[in-house]
Amino acid sequence: MKKSVLFISCEEAKQICDKSQYGDATFWERIKLTIRLSWCRVTRAYTKRNKSLTKTIKFSDVECLKKEERQALKDQLSQQLKNQN
Amino acid sequence: MPNHTLNPDNWIDNYSDYLFNYTISRVNDREMAKDLVQDTFFAALKSMKNFKGDANERTWLIAILKRKIIDHYRKINSKKGQAEVRMSYNSDEAEGDWLEERVSDPFDKTAEDKLENEELGDAIYNCLGKLPEKQANVFKMKTIEGLDTETICNELNITASNLWVIIHRARNAMAECLEENWL
Repeated sequence: MKKSVLFISCEEAKQICDKSQYGDATFWERIKLTIRLSWCRVTRAYTKRNKSLTKTIKFSDVECLKKEERQALKDQLSQQLKNQN
Repeated sequence: MPNHTLNPDNWIDNYSDYLFNYTISRVNDREMAKDLVQDTFFAALKSMKNFKGDANERTWLIAILKRKIIDHYRKINSKKGQAEVRMSYNSDEAEGDWLEERVSDPFDKTAEDKLENEELGDAIYNCLGKLPEKQANVFKMKTIEGLDTETICNELNITASNLWVIIHRARNAMAECLEENWL
């Protein structure tokens, strides 16, 4: 089935909404999302919750180890484990 | 009979990020946080024989980490005490203005904000712990590390559309998990 230029499915709208949380949605995608938001209550509710999640995580300043740091830790621990055995 | 067992081979994959975030939100220093997490794992290895199996692995590791953090603060506080003895007020205006709390914690936002952040960070990692490993991993890389889509796809050998499906599921699960108390 040919995809509509302006009208998108709810699933597609949700994916664009996810992308836009990371600044990864294109201009055209954002327009399509805006159109869907104007009439679809489900997309609106999803977007509201999704934005709220983004804001909460940003506010938390949560951090994680970088890949190299995790690997270094892994190497040190396995070395220590070997020494202990 | 013990209910829980220890499996050090999986400690880094399962708990390092949680412990690291727990530490960094309390010591505000990335290098120091890494050292404390490493010390925690080493100490845990040494005291494996004392593990009774009453608590789960993560709770046990956190208990060790808390002690390490307290020790860290004891150490820096004893140093700070020495510094304060040498502190002198040169300007007349400041004479007698002993705002020691300000000296000990110049970067304080507000204690309440900080506490809330610590709790929120712990809650986020609790929720992440409930996700399937791949979802948690992709979510962390994209949302917390802020890596771009291409880098993650190359590293995990997945397509971009695959990544967005995983992200979608992870975000849904995270929102559901955090909804009650935090969103």
